[in-house]
Parts: sequence; C-alpha cells; structure tokens
Amino acid sequence: MNQTIAVICYIILAPIIGGLLEGLDRKVSARMQRRVGPPLLQPFYDVIKLMKKQVIVVSPAQTFALISYFALMLLTGSMFFAGMDILLCFFVMSTAATFLYFAAVISSSPYATVGANRELIQMMAYEPAVLLSCVGFYLIEGTFNVGEIAFSKTTDIIYLPGFFVAFVFILTIKMRKSPFDTSTSHHMHQEIVKGLTTEMGAQNLAIFQVTEWYENVFLMGVIGLFIMNGTTTNIIIAVVVILLTYFLEILIDNTSARMKTDMMLKLSWGVTLFSAGVNLLVLMLVR
Amino acid sequence: MAKVKRSPWLLHYDGSSCNGCDIEVLAALTPVYDAERFGVMNTGDPMQADIFMITGGINTQNAEVVKQLYDQMPRPKVVVAVGVCACTGGVFKDCYNILGGADSVIPVDIYVPGCAARPQAIIDGVVKAVELFQQRSDEHDKLVKQGGRPDAAKDAVKEDKEVSNG
Ligand code: SF4
Repeated sequence: MNQTIAVICYIILAPIIGGLLEGLDRKVSARMQRRVGPPLLQPFYDVIKLMKKQVIVVSPAQTFALISYFALMLLTGSMFFAGMDILLCFFVMSTAATFLYFAAVISSSPYATVGANRELIQMMAYEPAVLLSCVGFYLIEGTFNVGEIAFSKTTDIIYLPGFFVAFVFILTIKMRKSPFDTSTSHHMHQEIVKGLTTEMGAQNLAIFQVTEWYENVFLMGVIGLFIMNGTTTNIIIAVVVILLTYFLEILIDNTSARMKTDMMLKLSWGVTLFSAGVNLLVLMLVR
Repeated sequence: MAKVKRSPWLLHYDGSSCNGCDIEVLAALTPVYDAERFGVMNTGDPMQADIFMITGGINTQNAEVVKQLYDQMPRPKVVVAVGVCACTGGVFKDCYNILGGADSVIPVDIYVPGCAARPQAIIDGVVKAVELFQQRSDEHDKLVKQGGRPDAAKDAVKEDKEVSNG
C-alpha cells in the first residue's frame, strides 16, 4: 500500500519538483551573473508553449524512441521510490538513456549524431561510479533493496564518503551541466547547436524536458539515500543535503567552461577510482 | 494557462549584413539587458525557435538558407527584419548579388529600421513580435481545435495572412 502511494506521489510530484528545481537553477544562475533572471515558473511556461506548437518531426520513430525514454525513466523512478532493487533501477535507467541515443541518431542529423555519440561516452564516464555506489550500499547494508537501505539504522554516508564524492561528481555529467554539457550544449550557439536535442521541436522537446525532471528527482533521491537512516529528523537533513548538492551543481555549471569528452572520461574515471576505490579498499580491510 | 508570450525563443540569422546589426542584436541579448527575464532564449536551432530575427539583405547564396530556416520553424512563428539591409537591402541594394530585403524570400512581420538598428529599437521590435506571437498562437489554437490536429493549421493559415503588420 505504502509502495503504491510512493509511486503515485512520484509520478504526480516529480515533474512539479523537477520543474521548480530547474526554475530555481535558472534564477540562481542569473543571480550569479548579476541578472534578474526568468520567473521561477519559466520552465513550465516553456513546456506549455512547446506543447502548443505545430508538430514537425524528422522521423516518426523519434517520437516512439522518446516516449520509450520517458516511460523507462518513469519506471526507474517508480521502482526506486517503491523501494525495489537499486541495481535494477540503474539498469533500467541505462536502457532509458539508450532510447534517448536512438531518438537522436534516428534523425541522421550530423549535430544530433555527434551529440548522441558524446552521450554514449558520457554513459561510459558515469556508469562505473553508479555501479560502485550500489556495491558500497551493499557492503554496508547487506542488501540492494532501496526500502531496506533507506529505513535501516545506519547513516550510509558516514561509511561511504568516497562513494558520495564520486556520485556527486558524475551527477554533473548526468545532469548535463557544464563542464560536462558535451552532448547537449546548454547554451546557445555552440559548435553542435543543441546536440542531442537539435532535431527535437515542439512536443518532442517537451517530452525530453519533462523526462529530465523525472530523472533529476530520481537522482536527487539517490543522494538522499546516502543520508537516510529511518528517523524523521533525518529526512530534513536529507532535503538540506539535496539542496546543497543542487546548489553545488549550479555553482560548478556557472564557473567552468566545457571540457572535451576524452578529458571528461579520464577525469571521471580518475575521481571514481580514487575516491570510491580507496573508500572501497578501506571498507573491505576494516570490515 | 500560461501565455505562450512568456516564452519566446529567438533564432538569429546573419544574412549578408556588415555585422553592425548583429553586434547590436547580440548587445541587446547580453546579460546587461537580461532578455531572459522575459523568458527570451537565444537558440541556434530553428526547430525550437519562435521568433526569427534576420539581419542583412538576401543574396543569391543565402536565399535558400533563409527559406529553409523559415520552413523548419514550427508554427506559430514571427519574423523580424533588423536594420535597413534586412528591410529593403539598404546600402547594398544595388549590388549585383543582392535580391533585396528579407521579404524577398520569406514573409516579414516586423521591420526594425536603422543602420545600425539601435538596441532600443531592436527590443521594441521584439516586444511587438512577442505580442504578435501570442496573437498567432491563439489563432493557431483555434484552428487546432477546429481541425483536431496541429498539422491541419498549417494548411488553413494562408501565407497572405502572415504578411500583416507591415
Ligand atoms: S543596416 Fe547598416 S549596420 Fe545593419 S547590416 Fe546593413 S549596413 Fe550594416
């Protein structure tokens, strides 16, 4: 019963929370550049406008791939908030990302294809840290079950600081923020136009946008999982940590220029190996 | 329901301008004037754009490009010609390769005069374009309701309707 409620809450609230987070993101970014910035609800205005525009699709298959991406992302988040296996969540998420890749290459536009190829490299860059985090949770809790991890008595971050650092690092890649916004250049007029999303207009772009909100809420949930230890006061701490992490992402986004993909790959694997790897060694030796 | 005019995304294309107008356009879009507070985003992608800003005249080489960019933009859309070159051909009007202003290949809605167009005039033009965008969008919505599907609007809106507000 609780599971059903959690899933329904996720499906209804995630786009609202995700949209507000993005609005906050744009507002804070603007303030960092000493501008007023768009209204908090701007992302919603954008999506509503996109839904109203004439639909021009390069290939009908693109819509199919995007809807699959959306549905699988929804499934990922639902499984996570229903407290199921965390490994399974991440596997479904990878499948979703593959559909996004298809949605881009199917248009056979050079910009979208370059963006899609970079997206694949991004997946390679973040996947090790994601899997290692799952291993970290398993070592501490003895289970991959999200429900059990969240409501057990241990605060995982105390034992997994290295894993947390690695996860926050790859979050920048996953959220497509500068310096790792290689697949969809976040700002206008860059060398691959809009990368992955170049050939997506109107409704398709709206689907992409809303899926990103679902994804962000799921990723923030994983951040929260590092903090959760089953008590109610702890939930507040988790929310604070999530907001701080988001702020850190915005700060990184606004203070760095983008990086080449091979640099990204080396750096993310380096950080993963170093922080998560050392943490893993220590855990295995101490336990 | 939020109005579409709260989210106008721009596409800026440089025809055969001398770059004077482009610099003014970019100046009007810099953080100093903060166009994003009105929801304006400068996108390089025609498929995501609502307002097409064109500077410079049309020559034999870019005529096709301009037509193509215009066609790739989903309806409703608005075209703004910035600077006398884009309005009429300007100082280059009599050159052997110049066909004329932007309206020699695509329907233009708003003409922003000036050589180079002042940022104030450009912002004024964009404000007019945003109002027109809202109006077009309402018409578009009505047509969609009647036709049942968004593509139906495409056939219903006649090209001559586009060339209003001159
Ligand atoms: S209107 Fe004047 S400034 Fe603008 S492109 Fe033409 S010549 Fe250059």
